[in-house]
Order: sequence, then C-alpha cells, then structure tokens
Amino acid sequence: MVRQPRQSPFIIKFAVIGTKPDRMLKFLHEFGNYWILMGKVFSKPENYSVYYRQTLREFISLGLYSIGIVVIISVFMGAVITLQTAYNTDNPIYPSYLIGLGCRDSIILEFSSTVIALILAGKVGSNITSEIGTMRVTEQIDALEMMGVNSASFLILPKITATLLFNPFLTLISIVVGIAGGWIAGVGAGVVTSSDFIYGIQYAFIPYYILYSMIKTVFFAFIITTVAAYHGYFVEGGSLEVGRASTKAVVYSSILILLTNVILTQLMLS
Amino acid sequence: MIRVKNIYKSFDGRNVLDDISVTFEPGMTNLIIGSSGSGKTVLLKSIVGLHEADSGEIWYEDTLFNTLNFHERKEIRKQIGMLFQGSALFDSLSVEDNVRFPLDMFSGLNTREKKERVNFCLERVNLAGTNKLFPSELSGGMKKRAAIARAIALNPRYLFCDEPNSGLDPITAILIDNLIKEITEEYNITTVVNTHDMNSVMEIGEKIVFISEGQKCWEGNSKEILNSDCKLLNDFVFANALAKQLKNTGV
Repeated sequence: MVRQPRQSPFIIKFAVIGTKPDRMLKFLHEFGNYWILMGKVFSKPENYSVYYRQTLREFISLGLYSIGIVVIISVFMGAVITLQTAYNTDNPIYPSYLIGLGCRDSIILEFSSTVIALILAGKVGSNITSEIGTMRVTEQIDALEMMGVNSASFLILPKITATLLFNPFLTLISIVVGIAGGWIAGVGAGVVTSSDFIYGIQYAFIPYYILYSMIKTVFFAFIITTVAAYHGYFVEGGSLEVGRASTKAVVYSSILILLTNVILTQLMLS
Repeated sequence: MIRVKNIYKSFDGRNVLDDISVTFEPGMTNLIIGSSGSGKTVLLKSIVGLHEADSGEIWYEDTLFNTLNFHERKEIRKQIGMLFQGSALFDSLSVEDNVRFPLDMFSGLNTREKKERVNFCLERVNLAGTNKLFPSELSGGMKKRAAIARAIALNPRYLFCDEPNSGLDPITAILIDNLIKEITEEYNITTVVNTHDMNSVMEIGEKIVFISEGQKCWEGNSKEILNSDCKLLNDFVFANALAKQLKNTGV
C-alpha cells in the first residue's frame, strides 16, 4: 500500500487565505450584477397592459396559491405558541390572560412576518428560480431578448409587484389564523378559558406592531423575489444547475431575511 | 443586408471566432455550416447581440449594431425573427399565445386583427387548428413550425435560424428547410441559417459560409460546394460513407 504524504498544515492555511480574495471578488461581482439586474428590472415597461396581465398571473401563482400553506402553518404555530406559553407560565402569580397576550405578540412581531417569510423563501423563492432558470437554459429568455423585450423587467417586475402587494395580505391572514389556532388549542386543551384568551389578545394592544410587521413583510417579499430571480436569471448549464440555483436562492434569501430582521427590529423598535 | 467585419470572440482565453468577415444578402437563404464546436452558434449569437464580440463590426444595413446601447438594439431586434435550436416556445403559453406574444408587445393591432394575423401565420406554417395546444403537446417538427410562425408574426426583415432541423427526421427536416426558403423569398427577408446538415445545404444553400475552428475557410453556393478544393470543407461534406462512395465513383 502506498502511503500518501501528509499535507503540511501551513500549506492548508495558506491555501485558505489564498482563496479569500477570490471569494471577495466573486461576492463583489455577484453583488454588482444583482444591482445591474435591478436597474434593468425597474426600467420602463414596453407595454403596460401586457405587464398588468402578467402581474395578475403572478398574484395567482405566487400569492393565492400560497394561502393554503400559510394557513396550515399559522394554525399549528399559533397552537404551539399558546400551549408552550401556557406550560411555561404555569404559576398562579401569572394571570392566564397572559397566554393570549403572549400568543398575539409572538405571532404579530415575529412569526407572521419572519417565519412565514422564511417559509415563502422556500416555496415562492424556489418556484421563481426554477421557472426563470428553466427559461434561461431552454433559451426562452434569449427568445424574449430577440423580440426586443426587456426580459429582466418582463419576467421579474410583475413578480416583485405581486409579492410586494400580496405578502402583507398573507401576513394579515397568518396573524388572524395563528391567533385563532392559539385560541382553539388553548381552549381545547383546557389551559386557558375562552374569555381569558380573548381578553389577553386585546390587552395592551399596540397597533404599531401591525405596521412594524407589514413593513418587515414588504422588505422580506423584495428579498425573496429578487434574490430568487437573480439566481434563476444568471443560471448556466442544465437542469442540475437550475436545481443548485434554487437551493442557493433559498439559502441566501433566508440568511438575508434573518439579517434584515435584526436590522429592522433595531431600527423600528429601539 | 447584414455585414460582419473582422469579428473576434473568445471565452476564457480560447478563440472561438477568429477574424470572420462575411456579408449576408437579402432575399436569400444564407447558410453558416461547420462541424459541432466550430463556432457557428457563437457567430450567430454574436451577430444578434446575445454574445458580445470582442472586436469587429456588425452592420444591419447602415447601422453599426455592436456600438448601439440596450434601447437602440431593441429597435433593431423588433425587426429580427429568430428560430432557436430547441424552439424556445414559452411553455406556459398556448401556440396561439406564443405567436400572439410579439403582436401584443409591439404591434398596436386590435384583438380581431391580432387573431387574424396569428391564424395567418399558423396557416402559413401548416399549423392551422393547433391554436389551443401547448408546446408540450407538439411534436419536434410542430414546435419548430410554431417557432417559425412566432418569428414571422411581426414581418421581420431578418430571420436567424439556429440548427432548425436538428432532431428531426429527414422528411420533416426538408419541410422545415423549404418553409424557411419560401418565407425568405416571399417576404424578401435576409435569412441566416446555422446548420451541419448536408441535406439542408443542398436543398436551400444559396450562399454558404463554411467555418472551422472559428475561422472562415470557404464561401460559395450549393453548386460550388461539391467541387471545392478546400480540404477541411471536403472532409466535412464527404464525411458520411454514402457521400464518400458517391465521390469515389464520380457521381
């Protein structure tokens, strides 16, 4: 058996350092390309009526078709938040209406905007990347360009418009359904009475939290759509690369959502 | 007329197009031939601006195309129809919607006029009655014909076809070739076809450019191609056993 010589740890370290400038350059290149693409996306449409029809289609495929998953997840998350709050505040000094209050604030402040955005990054984001990526590798985007159509704007702008307008609506649905799920679970499991829960969700209500949640949703919708579209638009190769691009889009948009969440929370609640 | 002057294009330091100059005549089927990987598609895509040439000039009539900005190019592109190798029909749209798409975008016709134009284009490529079908329901030949119908919807001045009969049986391939030739003559279009199919060359090749490893090696027509003294061209033309046998027997 031939023994392989061990690589010096110094060489490994040097190699890692050596790759850093390349990664930095690649990051800057991608960052620049992203904003150049956004410049193309937000240019004057060739034909407003065609863009309008396309936006309505995106409302259905990206918005309406997401209601089901948002409702299902919101019901269960509301239920779990209520039960967790109840079991963790199982002390006579805490009034039981705090269960409703905890459920309401958790859902409005974080769950319905951030967690739903992460789920939509998976569902809607991968959908957008694979749709645009497949159009790229099958030359459909080239065909649009050859007709004199601004393909970036035609394909991406209606998706951005649809998600920016529809995702706040999804967040509202999630808030309502999540709190309803919490009420069903709390009352059903007997951890809180219906009147205490309803009193709790009305107690010390701050309407600004809804606005905060909506603003976050709009930022997240922009991230989900544009990051996914960017990865699909510049894909090269075949179906394997389209799959990889979808995965990358979901990972990058999820990280960006979490980062933006921290920044917006600090800016808006401090 | 399209004039290409001293075009160079490289990818990652590898020359793919090396000083190519050629003129494509209007009302004529101009063929770019060569083996796979010779640079045909890169040349075609450089001419239409889907690839940027490293240097050289591309003229559409009196307009220098490769110095135009994005919006100026769009105006030229509205006069171009292109047939892609894989047809590139929009999967989510029916045949009718595919053909109507450029009309919706740029024509300014009303709904009835658009419908008439779509039906005319579909009839012209012998696809009448397929309006409601989707690309996934069409055969390879039908997809190519639908793509031709979409390409001619706006009465283009220039038609580019990237291997229009790849993946088709010989009879359907000839039908597509003849359709392209008829449309070219009917509307006096400047047509440029990329192919490596010798049947196409003999059927519709009015002006032929042979390229090998990114260089233009020969230029002529279908009558001259069999008597050329260009070795690379002869290797390409007489590559299959039947052609070799015919050549050896002096047919």
